[in-house]
Amino acid sequence: MSTLTRIGRTFRRTAIQAVPTVLGIVILNFFLLQLAPGDAADVMAGEAGSATVETMAALRERFGLDNPLLVQLFNYLYNLAHFSLGFSPRYGMPVADLIGQRLPGTLLLMAVALTIAIALGLVLGSLMAVFSGRLPDRLLSVVSLLFYSIPGFWIGLMLIVLFSVKLGWLPSGGSGTIGSNLTGLAGIWDKARYMILPALSLALFYVAIYARLTRAAMLEVQSQDYVRTAAAKGLSPTVITIRHVLRNALIPITTMAGMHVGGMLGGAVVVETVYSWPGLGRLAFEAVMGRDFTVLLGILLLSSLLVIVANATVDLLHAWLDPRIGVR
Amino acid sequence: MASTDFAAGDARSRRAYAEAREPAVPAEPEAKSWSNLHAPDARSASAASVPIAAGGRALKIFLRNPNAMFGVVFLSLVVLAALLAPVLYPADPLSMVARPFLWPGQNPAFPLGTDSMGRDVLSGILHGARISLFVGLVATALGLSFGILVGATAGYFSGWIDDLLVRLIEIFQTIPSFVLLVVMVAIAQPTAPVVTVAIAVITWPTVARLTRAEFRAIREKDFVMAARSLGYGHARIIFREILPNALPPLIVTSSVMVATAILMESALSFMGLGDPNVVSWGSMIGAGRELIRTAWYLTALPGLAIVFTVLALNLIGDGLNDALNPRFSQER
Repeated sequence: MSTLTRIGRTFRRTAIQAVPTVLGIVILNFFLLQLAPGDAADVMAGEAGSATVETMAALRERFGLDNPLLVQLFNYLYNLAHFSLGFSPRYGMPVADLIGQRLPGTLLLMAVALTIAIALGLVLGSLMAVFSGRLPDRLLSVVSLLFYSIPGFWIGLMLIVLFSVKLGWLPSGGSGTIGSNLTGLAGIWDKARYMILPALSLALFYVAIYARLTRAAMLEVQSQDYVRTAAAKGLSPTVITIRHVLRNALIPITTMAGMHVGGMLGGAVVVETVYSWPGLGRLAFEAVMGRDFTVLLGILLLSSLLVIVANATVDLLHAWLDPRIGVR
Repeated sequence: MASTDFAAGDARSRRAYAEAREPAVPAEPEAKSWSNLHAPDARSASAASVPIAAGGRALKIFLRNPNAMFGVVFLSLVVLAALLAPVLYPADPLSMVARPFLWPGQNPAFPLGTDSMGRDVLSGILHGARISLFVGLVATALGLSFGILVGATAGYFSGWIDDLLVRLIEIFQTIPSFVLLVVMVAIAQPTAPVVTVAIAVITWPTVARLTRAEFRAIREKDFVMAARSLGYGHARIIFREILPNALPPLIVTSSVMVATAILMESALSFMGLGDPNVVSWGSMIGAGRELIRTAWYLTALPGLAIVFTVLALNLIGDGLNDALNPRFSQER
């Protein structure tokens, strides 16, 4: 079977599976919005300062809030189908635009954090697998368990204390020097300086997971026949580890990386709050503080869709990488 | 399907056996029917199907594990702190008792110093243990019960019930759980019971998925068929026959769930979504955050309490896994 057919088949299956999940999430979202105290009319009346019973009724009629629940659900779905997530009275702009502004920041942060986590995790995990059962393995397992136990926001604050307050090496928050018009390499370096600490705080938890996963996967692969063959034909242990063992151990790791997108989004909410990073998480925090539920639920819906897209991407990646998958 | 299962199970047990450095437990007969199910998570993959060790032997392995023992000792200290907090510090930990910004060690009456309002930090940390443990334990108990109920139903009955419940689990696992938690707590008011229930709502799908995998594997075994042919009802087979055999991985998961719940509670109260009338480690960090340049100990100390409590729980979880799960412990 050609690679293209395999990918096409996987794509179709993934898309069909995603439809009921998306629908379920949208309906859950709608009911959470219904549970939120106050409706859009209340919010507008509050913003205006005063409102009579008649104006409230008029507002409700205008926004269709006096319709039966099912009609409202239908309207909500209709709006979603037109990519409208509602309007935020607090920011005075459509929720979709607001999220669109903040999404790239979060995606960048997550991508950097995921890269750090996978790179560090692979190194630590390989070391643990090579020294399996001996002292370095035991020490590194405890260290990785420690990483697994540290709350992201706390390590973020501690990194600020060390690197910003005590040493003065790195900035403590924001996403770039205000008012500077750095371009080219200097501009990238400036951005990177602001990126290091938040990305590291977000990554630490996942370093622990990838290290353990790499270790388990490598130990499993090590006992395969093709590794014995490689050893028998006289390859050096380093070549075997890198080319034969590590490569095959990567498949479960990519699976996990796809699944971690959701968790990382949650972690980003807290880490962005710590570093005042202008992303989706920070927006969620502001929405909570302002009790702006339209924005909050918009973020929830969009981040769920992001997770579905990430999972589908991993599926497609696997179909491309691993010829055995399409056979099923 | 069954034959491939058997082959995979055999290959695995042989490998695990060959790898064992110490004389391992002889493979038990039912080890043959290990499924070749590949759960995505390393932990659940390890736990998907395991031979059940005899209770006494598992306990012995657990007690001989130094890491796990460290976890047990530290967790007992935390429990003791939570129980003794009202005795040692009967005053409200939110009341002002001394001059503000005493550094740790400056005044022997306040060994961990005071915060910006002159509140005793040590008293806060001891009282904070109460809410952390309460939320951690109750949320885990709720999440476990609901997850087991859903997972057992799905795994035992299969068919359309299974399809439906799996969809439900999938929906909850797709939504980023911390974002959902924040939304739920923001919509309801942030009180300790709301936070607890909300954490249970986001943790049950993991349990359900794990229970379902276990039930699907155990359902096919001979003793379940024997129970069925004896005419036992569904409830009796689920709770008396299958569930006890599915418990080991659930026990391991529950210690990690308590750790996760404590982390989530602290993150929520750090963001100001905790119960405002109760002192908690997360809210202490949140308050200390504003003063991080001048008084970083206010952030560091409650954080250390969280790290060590969670670490203790994770060490216990690892120890339980090694004790209840002899096959995987060889590979680790």
